[in-house]
Amino acid sequence: MLERSWPAEGVTRVPYWVYRDEEIYREEQAKIFRGATWSYLCLEAELPEPKSFVTTFVGDMPVVVTRDPQGALHAWENRCAHRGALVCMQPRGSAERFTCIYHNWTYDHAGNLASVAFRRGIAGKGGMPADAKPESQAPKQLRVEALHGLVFGTLSNEVASLQTYIGPEILPRLKRVLVKPLKVLGAYTQVLPNNWKLYMDNVKDTYHASLLHLFFTRFRINRLTQKGGVFVSPDGAHHCTYTEMVEDRGDAYEKDGMRSAGSQGFSLENPEVLEQVDELGDGVAIQILSLFPGFVLHQIRNSLAARQVVPKGVERTELHWTLFGFADDDEAMTRRRLLQANLVGPAGYISMEDGAATGFVQRGVAGSPERASVIEMGGSTIGSGDSRITETAVRGLWKAWRHHMQL
Amino acid sequence: MELELQVAVEQLHARYAHALDAGRLEEWPDFFTGDGRYRIATAENEERGLPLPVLYAEGRAMLRDRVASLRHANIYEPQRYRHIVSSILLERVDTRIVRSSANFLVIRIMQDGATLLFASGRYIDRIVVPDMKYEERIVICDSRRFDTLLAIPL
Repeated sequence: MLERSWPAEGVTRVPYWVYRDEEIYREEQAKIFRGATWSYLCLEAELPEPKSFVTTFVGDMPVVVTRDPQGALHAWENRCAHRGALVCMQPRGSAERFTCIYHNWTYDHAGNLASVAFRRGIAGKGGMPADAKPESQAPKQLRVEALHGLVFGTLSNEVASLQTYIGPEILPRLKRVLVKPLKVLGAYTQVLPNNWKLYMDNVKDTYHASLLHLFFTRFRINRLTQKGGVFVSPDGAHHCTYTEMVEDRGDAYEKDGMRSAGSQGFSLENPEVLEQVDELGDGVAIQILSLFPGFVLHQIRNSLAARQVVPKGVERTELHWTLFGFADDDEAMTRRRLLQANLVGPAGYISMEDGAATGFVQRGVAGSPERASVIEMGGSTIGSGDSRITETAVRGLWKAWRHHMQL
Repeated sequence: MELELQVAVEQLHARYAHALDAGRLEEWPDFFTGDGRYRIATAENEERGLPLPVLYAEGRAMLRDRVASLRHANIYEPQRYRHIVSSILLERVDTRIVRSSANFLVIRIMQDGATLLFASGRYIDRIVVPDMKYEERIVICDSRRFDTLLAIPL
């Protein structure tokens, strides 16, 4: 049991030891990633055919996701029952079965141990005793559920179904984007120099977007004066924020002298990277949705992507981006999505700064584990609302985190 | 192969690298033709036949927008690159166009001195001669992984 004391202020403070403590990191792996949560694994579109597979992660745990010959999805720990080596080396492909290179132990698509090389020995010599039970150390098998083209897995038998886990506040916002079969456009990884929770903090922080991301504000893509709102699940775990397409013509940022408003006369020579078609028909320009512990779905104009947050130690996080469109996109829509890919990812006009800002926190708090961040925008409540000048979703993250960590 | 052309292409790649490494970003769009295309891709996406760019610009106006955004909008920690460009192969397409393939390494140096092998890969170029401008420059990164952010173009 961890012994840490949370600041007396409660939900409006997050102590800095949460981002830098090795013991906390280990506990998170067990209690959150391998605990009663659902983790995003991949898109269903990445497993188009029977016998296809991809490798991924649930926290630190390497995982293989497969579609079996009958078409059913499976996910299992990428660890051989014998000596613990990775069973599957390729990131993706198609396979009749999975064979560990070390000693040729073989698995089926569900991760069941199918055969042990020379189990009975050769010519009556060698091999395993008849009562050996190598299956006792078989790879862990995950519960798997697919939802609107997203594949999730969990090691927990206790956690509710995926739809119940996401809940009625957030589920409609997920369905709103994932209306048709998906088509993968490509993927890359952004390596962030910070604890994984700083990235989730950042995603849930509706207050920062138009202040940090000057590109947003300069081009009036997203200002807090524009109509929008935030949804938070009652347990705090999941959130969704959106901004409507209506252009802000006010000057609140200019009046307050915000850095992000910037100087006059700055404009794009070719604004094609911003030209949105209202393909979902509800006038929403941007929607950012997160599911605890480490999944983000974004719609930024016509850019759509799944972001998987993969912790790689206490001070390092990998963000696996998979950008997609719909299977029935025409050439013009694909071109639009590829141009708008300039907004996101490591070189994204908008996204590039998140890695810098969260890294600054990781470095800034090095000497103050006993201090805490102040999260009082919007008071101390956790819930949905129509203002984004709030940190309600950030407080939600910590409510959920403390629940799982029993802290 | 014509030696003069080989030298001219190598000079173009060298001037491009020196401009970026010296932080003369404003010169970057002028290495391209008016409708020149610039695309950073990853070897993995290329091999999978997937079109996703890490960065994509069509024409000098979009290239200038990228520079303007880096200068006036985007926030990133001060950093410099050092480009090493080598193994340059040429293939003449016709009297107007030459194709070039070259290897690159980009080393990133942060203001505190932290030095990282930031990217490696290939430049696949279509160059208009005798203007010596890129009609297309595709930067294919060997790795799918990018540390923190990619602000300055490769």
